[in-house]
Amino acid sequence: MQEFLQQLTNGLAVGGIYALIALGYTMVYGVLKLINFAHGELFALGAYLGFTLLVTLGLSDFMGGVGVVFLLLIFAMGLVAIAGYFLERVAYRPLRQSNRLAAVVSALGASIFFQNAMMLVYGTKALVYPGGILPSVVVSVLGVEIPLIRILIFASSVLLMCLLFWFIHHTRTGAAVRAVSLDQGAARLMGINVNRIISLIFLIGPALGAAAGVMVGLLYGQIRYDMGVGYGLKAFTAAILGGIGNIPGAMAGGILLGVIEALGAAYISIAWKDAIAFFTLILILIFRPTGLLGERVADKV
Amino acid sequence: MPESAYLELRDLRVSHGSVEALRGISLSVNQGEIVALLGANGAGKTTTLSTISGLLRPSAGAILFEGRPLHTLPSHEIVRRGITQAPEGRRIFALLSVRENLELGAFTRRDRAGAAATLDWIFELFPRLRERLNQLAGTLSGGEQQMLSIGRALMGAPKVLLLDEPSLGLAPILARAIFQSVREVNAAGVTVILVEQNARAALQLASRGYVLEVGRIALADSASALLRNPDVQIAYLGNGE
Ligand SMILES: Nc1ncnc2c1ncn2[C@@H]1O[C@H](COP(=O)(O)OP(=O)(O)OP(=O)(O)O)[C@@H](O)[C@H]1O
Ligand SMILES: [Mg+2]
Repeated sequence: MQEFLQQLTNGLAVGGIYALIALGYTMVYGVLKLINFAHGELFALGAYLGFTLLVTLGLSDFMGGVGVVFLLLIFAMGLVAIAGYFLERVAYRPLRQSNRLAAVVSALGASIFFQNAMMLVYGTKALVYPGGILPSVVVSVLGVEIPLIRILIFASSVLLMCLLFWFIHHTRTGAAVRAVSLDQGAARLMGINVNRIISLIFLIGPALGAAAGVMVGLLYGQIRYDMGVGYGLKAFTAAILGGIGNIPGAMAGGILLGVIEALGAAYISIAWKDAIAFFTLILILIFRPTGLLGERVADKV
Repeated sequence: MPESAYLELRDLRVSHGSVEALRGISLSVNQGEIVALLGANGAGKTTTLSTISGLLRPSAGAILFEGRPLHTLPSHEIVRRGITQAPEGRRIFALLSVRENLELGAFTRRDRAGAAATLDWIFELFPRLRERLNQLAGTLSGGEQQMLSIGRALMGAPKVLLLDEPSLGLAPILARAIFQSVREVNAAGVTVILVEQNARAALQLASRGYVLEVGRIALADSASALLRNPDVQIAYLGNGE
């Protein structure tokens, strides 16, 4: 039982990270029917910008604790949001009317560009987030010892997801985002500026990805210029698992994938960790081809 | 240069890729009237409305509204200028609630009180929508979806309402109800362009009508003259049955 709950909390922390990244894939897919292959790199960029603030700009020398984490998140999310905004303007918008393949190639190009840029600036060796930013305290919950950092990371990712959910479902702009992803032409007839909504999505998605990047740095300490590939693939899997284009689906898919992976690694074999993730995906797609929450029946009368 | 009408299309040409759907059409709409736009399948009726709404760009010609060019504006600016549309096939947001659909219709409006008043008016026109307010729009019946589509377009407080086949696929009694509400909307001061398969009903509502044939205006006349026109009777009124 101890072991199980340990693995479960570990899975939840990682799952929250997957979910945050998956949201970027799913939101972009929702409005543009495009896989933003550069999204994993934006996530990695978030991790690196966090490192820059902590080490290069020396924030960790001045202060520690939750305040630092908060600043890191704001800083990385803000800058990566700007990068996401320009990514769409430069790599995707000019190709909006072209065929799909052109946009896919552009996405792959952007991914390589970001990866190489990070490699040039930060080098190919893994960098290490300084320890002790968050106290390495262990909290005892119902007799189970859980590292505080896991709880904080899971709580932060859930908080960000709640904010996003509230925005999408309870604001006028959020309703416009949903309208654009359902029917762009009809959304334009409502007077919605679709380009603005798309820009907004390329601010929000990358910002959430950047938050996930900082969390990986805090949780595991190490970051690498190519970390976006692995995490990106997992998060993309999570987005499909939940039903690509579906926001709650990405949240559920990410958390589920994290938990399954952690439990699978513990009880089956750590070597099979990735295989278990993809096996889950295949299994779910066999029984629910649209993913867990994908495409609730839209009555087209 | 002749003085321009309230809404005027001048020698408008529009293509879908290599297909030229409008081959130079000119028509005008006066403030406060209902104008019917008739024509067989593929004549270019939907293309005309889409171009007015800014979803398509003309390759030549112009659209003027209140004397100012409209065809150069993006679609969201056109809604702000006061032209909204209930498009062909209704195009309601199926996974959003009825309330959210209506609120999106008022997306460009900043006057909350005005939008609330419009909503009350829409409930008077279509009481069914009030009962269904918190339902997903996709669960509505066909007739209710059409009411929602029109209600949503009215939420933008339009000066000109574009209706693309509002009676399509509806039982006669529902179609009559829709036409009756179009009459009421017009009586409230909204100018209407009505595209219809049901030419008789449309001409009974309208003051004037245009008949489109493969991208050109074939006939333009008062509604009563069109109703009496033998060619129109044979082609569009089921031989005067
Ligand atoms: N998206 C499109 N791509 C290519 N061709 C199109 C497209 N939409 C319409 N067309 C063509 O343009 C012409 C005019 O079509 P439009 O939809 O405007 O006709 P319509 O009068 O509204 O017909 P209906 O009564 O069937 O609605 C037709 O020849 C049609 O095939
Ligand atoms: Mg049509």
